[in-house]
Amino acid sequence: MQDLISLFVKSIFVDNMVFAFFLGMCSFLAVSKNVKTSAGLGLAVIFVLGITLPVNYLLNKYVLSPGSLAWLGEGFADIDLSFLSMIVFIAVIASMVQIVEMFVEKFSPSLYSSLGIFLPLIAVNCAVFAGSLFMQERGYETLGEATVYGIGSGVGWCLAIVTMAAIREKLAYSNVPKPLKGLGITFIITGLMGMAFMSFMGIKL
Amino acid sequence: MNTNNNLYTIVYATLMVVATAAILAFVSMALKERQQKNIDMETQLSILSSVGLAADANGASDKIAYVQGEYDKYITDSYLVNYKGETVPGDAFTAALKSQYELIKQLDPKSGEDQTAIKDQIQIPVFECTLDSGEKVYIVACYGTGLWGPIWGYIGFKSDFNTIYGAMFAHKGETPGLGAEIATPKFGDQFKGKSIFDGDTFTSIAIVKGGADKDNPHEVDAVSGGTITSNALALAIQQWLGSYEGFFKLSAEKAKLQETAVQESAPVETNEVESAEN
Amino acid sequence: MDKNIFIKPLFTANPITVLVLGICSALAVTAKLQPACIMALSVTIVTGCSSFLVSLIRNTIPNRIRIIIQLVVVALFVILVDQILKAYVYEISKQLSVYVGLIITNCILMGRIEAFALGNKPIPSFIDGIANGMGYGIILIAIAFVRELLGFGTLFGHQIIPLSWYASNGGFYENNGLFSMAPMALILVGIVVWIQRSIQKDLQEK
Repeated sequence: MQDLISLFVKSIFVDNMVFAFFLGMCSFLAVSKNVKTSAGLGLAVIFVLGITLPVNYLLNKYVLSPGSLAWLGEGFADIDLSFLSMIVFIAVIASMVQIVEMFVEKFSPSLYSSLGIFLPLIAVNCAVFAGSLFMQERGYETLGEATVYGIGSGVGWCLAIVTMAAIREKLAYSNVPKPLKGLGITFIITGLMGMAFMSFMGIKL
Repeated sequence: MNTNNNLYTIVYATLMVVATAAILAFVSMALKERQQKNIDMETQLSILSSVGLAADANGASDKIAYVQGEYDKYITDSYLVNYKGETVPGDAFTAALKSQYELIKQLDPKSGEDQTAIKDQIQIPVFECTLDSGEKVYIVACYGTGLWGPIWGYIGFKSDFNTIYGAMFAHKGETPGLGAEIATPKFGDQFKGKSIFDGDTFTSIAIVKGGADKDNPHEVDAVSGGTITSNALALAIQQWLGSYEGFFKLSAEKAKLQETAVQESAPVETNEVESAEN
Repeated sequence: MDKNIFIKPLFTANPITVLVLGICSALAVTAKLQPACIMALSVTIVTGCSSFLVSLIRNTIPNRIRIIIQLVVVALFVILVDQILKAYVYEISKQLSVYVGLIITNCILMGRIEAFALGNKPIPSFIDGIANGMGYGIILIAIAFVRELLGFGTLFGHQIIPLSWYASNGGFYENNGLFSMAPMALILVGIVVWIQRSIQKDLQEK
C-alpha cells in the first residue's frame, strides 16, 4: 500500500508528465488559455489514462512481452511479440477513447457535454501514449501499480494545465514584450513552473 | 474505383495490417541477435567493471567484441549456488536476479518459522574471475529496490571469501545527484578492502550516514542526501551476501583443506619456516 | 516551387516555433547533442518516408479509415527506426528510451501527412517531410548545443570548457547544472521563439 501511495505522489509531482518529460505539450499549449476548458481536458486525460494503462498492462503481460504467451501452451512460450507493442498500444488508446466517448454519451449526457469535445483530442495526446510506454519500460509489476501510475500521471497533467491556464488568464493583463507574447512567454512560464516542480525531487515518502 | 465501398475498406485494412506485421516481424527477427548481444554486453560490462576491468570499453572501436573478449579472458568460470553454498546446475549469466530477490527478501534470520522451503529455491550466480596476476576474484550479485526503482550491483571477493576486492552498483531511476550517486566509482571504490565477516560471524557492510569510521572494516559512507537509496542498498547487500554466506563459508573451508593438504605434502618447508621463526 | 517546399519549413514555417507541432518529444532528448542528433535524424527519416508512402497510396486509401492507415504507416517506420537503433546504437537508444516511440504521436507527422502528403505527389511530399523533420532537428540541435555546453561543459561528450577553469579546480568558472535539467529546455525554446518573432514581425501574436 505504501508503495502505491509513493508511486502516486511521485507520478504527480516528481515525474510530472509536462514539467519533467515535456509530454502532452501540444494540447497543453493550445488549450491552456482558459481554466474551465483546461479542467475539462485534464479530467478527460485522467479518465483515459486510468483506463488505457490497466488494459495495456494486461496486454503487455499476457500477449506482448517475451514469453508471455506461455499460458497458451508450451509451443507459444518462445514467442516474443514486443516489437508490436507500440502499434498495439496506440490502437488500444484510439479505440478506448472511442468506446469511452460512446459510453459517456449514452450514460451520462451531462458529463459528455462537458468532456465529450475533448475526448477525440486525447487519442493523439502524447502523455497518454507515453503513459503506456513508461509502464512497459519501467516494468510496473501489478495491475494496481499500473492503474495508480496512470491515474497519478493524469492528475499531474491536469494539475499542470489548470495552473498554467490560471496563470495565462492573469497574464492577459500584463505587459509582455511583443515578440514574446503568446507562445514565447508560455514556454518560459512552463520552464519556471518546471523549476518549481523540481523542488519535489528527492522528497522522502 | 469506389474507395468508400465496405468490402474494399475491409480488404484494404486487412492487407495493410498483414503487410505491416510481416515487415515488422521480419526486421525484428533479423535484428534480434544483435539486440540481445547489446543487452548481454551490458551485463558483462557490469560484472567486469566491479573488479575494475574493461575500463576503456567506451573507447573500443567494436565495443561488443571488446567486452566479449575481455569477459571470456577474465571470467574463467561461472555457476549457480544454492543457500547452502553447493553448486547447482544452471546458467549463471542468464540467472534472473529479480525473481531471486523476491525469494531472498522473504528470508528473515530472526523469524521463528521454518524457511527451508524458500531457502531451497535460492539459486544465485557466482562469477570466477582470474586476474592478470593469477589472483582469483569471486564476483557475486545483489539486487534490491531503491527509492524509485530497482538497484543492483556486483561485488568481487578475494579468495579468503571475506575481503572485498571491488564493487559496482547501478540503478534504474534514483534521484540524480542524490541516490544516483551509488553508481559512481567514488562510491563503489569505498568497498575495496572492507570485509564482511567478524571472526566467524557475518556482519555485512553497513552504509553509514554522516561519516563512517575509516578504520572499521565493515562500514562505508552513505551518499549524501540519498538516505533511502543508501539504506535500500545496505539492505540488499545484507540480504544477498547473507544468502551467499553458505557459499563463502563452504569455499573458505575448501580452500583451507586444500592448503593443509599442500602443507602436509610439503612438511619440510613448513618446518623450516617455523624453526626460523623460533 | 520545389525550393520553397524545402526552405520554408526550416525557418519561416518551422514546425516547432511557428506551427507549434511536435514539442512533446522534442525537448526531453536535448540534454546532450548526441541523442538530439540521433533523434533529429530519426524524425527526419520517419517524416520523409511516411509522407512518401502515404502520398504514394493516397488515391487508394478509403476515406473512413484514413487516420488509422496513416497511423499504421507512421508506426511502421517508427518501429523500424526503433529496432535499428536498439541493434546498432544501443546506448543512445537507452537514453532516448520511450521518446523514439513517441514519434508516433508527434503531431508533425500527422500534421504534414494530412496537410501536404494527401494532396501532393510522392516526391514533393518526401521533400516536405524531410524539410519539416530538419526544421524540427535544427531547433533540437540548437537547444542541445547550448544545454550540453553550459550544463556539462562538453560537446558530443568532448570537454570544451577547460577543466582548469572550473571553480572546483581553482578556476573562475562555475558549471551551470540547471541547463542539464528539464526546465531550461523550455526556457530556451521560449528564447528561440522570442528571437524569431523579433525578426519576423508578422508572426507576433496580439
